[in-house]
Amino acid sequence: MNAIELSDVTVVLGGQPVVDRVDLSVAGGEWMALIGPNGAGKTTLLRAIAGLVPFSGSIALEGRATTAMHRAELSRLLAVVPQEPSTPPWMTVGEYVLLGRTPHLGPLAKEGRRDREAAARSLARLDLLDYRERRLGTLSGGEKQRVVVARALAQEARVVLLDEPTASLDIGHQQQALDLLDALRGESELTLVAAMHDLTLAAQYADRMVLLDRGRVAADGPPRDVLTEEAIARHYGASIDVIPVDGRVAVIPRRTAARNT
Amino acid sequence: MSVAAEHVADVRARGLTPVWACSAVAFLLFSLAVGVLAGPVDLGVGAVLESAAARLHVPWASTPLSSTEEAILWEIRVPRVVLAALVGAMLALAGAAYQGVFRNPLADPYLLGVAAGAGLGATIAIAYLPDGLRGQRALPVAAFVGGAVAVLLTYAVGRSARRERDAATLVLAGVTVAAFFTAWQTFVQQQNAETLQQVYSWILGNIPSTGWSDVVLILPYVAVAVVVILALRRVVDVLSLGDDEAASLGVDVRRVRLALVIAATLGTAAAVAVSGLIGFVGIIVPHAIRLLSGVGYRALLPLSVLIGAGFLVLADVIARTALSPAEIPLGVVTAFFGAPFFALVLRTTRGGGA
Repeated sequence: MNAIELSDVTVVLGGQPVVDRVDLSVAGGEWMALIGPNGAGKTTLLRAIAGLVPFSGSIALEGRATTAMHRAELSRLLAVVPQEPSTPPWMTVGEYVLLGRTPHLGPLAKEGRRDREAAARSLARLDLLDYRERRLGTLSGGEKQRVVVARALAQEARVVLLDEPTASLDIGHQQQALDLLDALRGESELTLVAAMHDLTLAAQYADRMVLLDRGRVAADGPPRDVLTEEAIARHYGASIDVIPVDGRVAVIPRRTAARNT
Repeated sequence: MSVAAEHVADVRARGLTPVWACSAVAFLLFSLAVGVLAGPVDLGVGAVLESAAARLHVPWASTPLSSTEEAILWEIRVPRVVLAALVGAMLALAGAAYQGVFRNPLADPYLLGVAAGAGLGATIAIAYLPDGLRGQRALPVAAFVGGAVAVLLTYAVGRSARRERDAATLVLAGVTVAAFFTAWQTFVQQQNAETLQQVYSWILGNIPSTGWSDVVLILPYVAVAVVVILALRRVVDVLSLGDDEAASLGVDVRRVRLALVIAATLGTAAAVAVSGLIGFVGIIVPHAIRLLSGVGYRALLPLSVLIGAGFLVLADVIARTALSPAEIPLGVVTAFFGAPFFALVLRTTRGGGA
């Protein structure tokens, strides 16, 4: 049984199909990178999987249609790390990570010992225990990113969707964040689906890449098959060189305009 | 994971800390005492306590007060203090809840048109109802109906919007409905110029000395609003992350928001019905608490109930004693004393956590 199964999924926004008849399945424990030019429908596809936007077709998590689940049930199976998470400055790190326990609680319930344990485990795993009393407003961009991941982890969902998880980080923090996600995937048997712009970085970590263009799946496979000079030229309108490095591939932009000399 | 296990007890959300809860309760008790004791007739602390003991059927207790003093205490002062406490608690709680639900620090309890609707209801009652009916019963009922109708209309307009429904649409609908009702109210008022004075004094707000009838009138609404909003206080923290993130954390955002808005609005409409429009409390009390304590909604909401109640009781004491026997409109007092206090809070907490 696949962790995520999409069949014939279409999302129409403002009269335009933004995601167009997508069939896709993601195996449990897989790391899938969702790539594609701006406006290709990556974010919308993630939102459809998370049940945040209406769609036609069917989306199943671990064999069950998401539309047949209650909101909380869906959130126990699937966590989302949004591109620009809101981090209220007055909230402490501990409080924020505890919010990840919401799908496990009734609307009127308070966190119990099990919830505090889950939050503490997640904070410990991300080396954030000493930060638990810190307010979000005092954290750096990299620390905030870790806190958001800690919240998703406290949710104890087996599938985590990430929208541009490294967009606001420098190269060192990008690497740390992705290494961490990869380690967590191994330990907690997570399935990760991440929309990413940095193709070289995506190719370093993902088992599999799905290239979206105008809402459709244009290519699907291991990074070295998807990232070809020809495919990138066609779908991104970019001129690049693809260079194999240690079994992975790197994408290098090529200057097209003539150099002024 | 042993490292984590050691720290389980430390990972917690700051609820009501004992210090804050006790301070807030002490402030409320102090305000209630001042409210009961202050007035043109000096009753004395001991006599009031003995009278209360007698009322509670404490054996061998008997009241030292004359029957007139008894009436002043139990039919005028105590109900007025209780009414001020209920209205203050309701306005502060509704303001804090709206600020969370709409993620807007400037949201106040009148955001969705309650004030304009209640104003129209009250104006119609003052202008058109015969004197006998107008008295004490009809005005609050008309104001309550006007406020409730305005908010229902706001919801209907917000729902009919063809774009994706969100909090901002609802706020815009509220502005639209409020503008319409205000225009209507101004028209009625102009047509009946002789009522201007009465309408104006209603709009400036005051706590009436009408005995227990107004307390009985609004108590059910305020009680339901307080119970519903406090029961959902943890979810308000989740809502402060925005609709999408709250939904992805398993919250049925639309349903929870509807429950919170209905509770806050009905309670506000009831408060407005008996006291007119008392500005400032719904915005200033929650913000002052937030600035001083830096807490999230789960502690802010109950603190708003306690502090809002105490604040309005004290404001009402000033309103009825400062220029006694004349009364200053309560809305004037809340702003006149609340604004400098808030400026002080802003100054002393600069760069603070909130």
